[in-house]
This record gives sequence, structure tokens and C-alpha cells, in this order.
Amino acid sequence: MPFTSAVITFPGSNCDRDMAVAVEEVCGGTVHRVWHGDASLPEGLDFIAVPGGFSYGDYLRSGAMAARSPIMQAVVEAAGRGVPVLGVCNGFQILTEAGLLPGALMRNAGIRFVCREVPLKVENSQSLFTQRYFKDQVITIPVAHHDGNYFADAETLDRLEGEGRVAFRYAEPVNGSQRDIAGVLNEAGNVLGMMPHPERMIEAAQGGSDGRKLFEGVLAGLNVSA
Amino acid sequence: MKVRVHVSLKNGVLDPQGRAIHHALEGLGFAGVKDVRAGRLFELDVADDTSDEALDEMCRKLLANMVIENYRIEKVAA
Repeated sequence: MPFTSAVITFPGSNCDRDMAVAVEEVCGGTVHRVWHGDASLPEGLDFIAVPGGFSYGDYLRSGAMAARSPIMQAVVEAAGRGVPVLGVCNGFQILTEAGLLPGALMRNAGIRFVCREVPLKVENSQSLFTQRYFKDQVITIPVAHHDGNYFADAETLDRLEGEGRVAFRYAEPVNGSQRDIAGVLNEAGNVLGMMPHPERMIEAAQGGSDGRKLFEGVLAGLNVSA
Repeated sequence: MKVRVHVSLKNGVLDPQGRAIHHALEGLGFAGVKDVRAGRLFELDVADDTSDEALDEMCRKLLANMVIENYRIEKVAA
């Protein structure tokens, strides 16, 4: 069975095409482009990506409006069935607003938009998404966000750490995130949200390919052919 | 029925915007400002028979992010 995936596009998404290209390049198969107003997802999905951007102009809170759009009901249901879901940047904000991941992403501590390559430490190399990395490996992935300051209460943070659900941590201060958290997993391990953009680092022409292994991990974990 | 919903950050949640506004006030020469917390105000015009439960649900489901924010509902006399 070829790999079948979906990339969701909201009004204001701007990393959806990059994400679709990255998934197609690394995982192959069919990448469905799905519009936010659709009420259902294509059948038989192996992977869903919620891309970055400024969905709905970041009205109310980043990701808040997108999280209540019709397609997100279907994404939440699919996640519940165990379909792997990756949210990057605005996608991470949307997944927290939709309740698929704990915590919230607030305005960067330094107020400014941060757009640069950052060193990320792989905290958990056992998850579907991170299995192709080594624990404590430091990789380079770009960030580009204004609201990436991860917040959760201390009890939640302790639980996330204790359950190995911190996937990535910034190896240097970037945005004021609690405990430098850059990416978190849900309890079942099939949903990952992260502020850095792995889809922007899949080949040398982009300045590096450290993001590629994330998509390779998804493909390897699903036992389907590219 | 007019309703105001005040949404503010929970205690203990850092507020970078509030801090920047605080600095700006100091830059304008206003002394004695001890702290600034930024929030949001929504003015809703809802049917008169809207229940308190429905208003609460609107706040919890959309207007406030309960991870970081509190809300207060104020009914405004017509």
C-alpha cells in the first residue's frame, strides 16, 4: 500500500505547500491537500500534517479559530483512532487549541518575531516521529514564529517530562518556552506538535537535511512503501 | 442582552506584552506603575433568554484559553 497523507490548508496557512513537498519527497505516495471547510478527510490516511502560517490572521489567539473549523473535528477523530498527526508552528498552536496536545503557545518572551535556525536537542528518540534520531542528538531546524513561548503549569510539565513526551528541546534560549520545550507528544505518542519547521530542512539546497529523518521515521513506523 | 466578557491571564503566567507596555509607560515618564497585565474585552449582544451556562460555555470553548486565561462575565444593563 502506498503512503497516503493529508496536508490541511486554512485561510492564512503559508507552509502548506512546503509541507506537502516535504512529505511527497520523503514519504512518496499520495499527498492530499485538504481545505479547512471540508467536513471529512480522505479515506485510509497514514499521516496528517497541520502546517504553519497565520490561519485566520491569528484572530483571537494563534490557532484558536482554525481549531474550531470543520476539518479539525475530523483530525481530532483521526488522531483518536491512532493516525499520526504532525503540527508545525501554527499547526502546533492549532493542535493545542484543539485539545490534542497540552499547554499553550504564548507571545515570545522577547516580544519579537524570531526567524532563524536553532539547535534542537532530541529528548525522546523512541517516538514514531523521532525514531530516526539519537537521544540527545543536536539537530538544526529553523523557527519562524511570534507565538512560540510554550506554557503549561508545573504539574503538566512534570508529567510530560516523566512520560517522555518532550520530543525536542531548544539547546539555547529562543522564545522563553517553559523548560525550553520545542515539541511535545500526546499521551498515545501519535500526535507531535513542534514550533521548528522540519519541512524546511529536508535537503542540502535548503541549508541542511536534519528535518528529513522526522518524515523518514513516520514512514518507517507505518510499514508502508514509499 | 449586552454582555461583557473580560479575559485575563491567570496569575503566574508571564505576560510579555504587559511587560512591554509597562516599559513603554515608564518611557513616557509615568512613574509609579507597578505592573501591567494585558487582557481582552468582548462585547456580546445575545438573546435575552441566553442562559448563564451557555455564556460560560462560550467562554470556555472559544473566548478564553483555559490553560492560560481566566474570564469574567459582566451583564450590562440595557
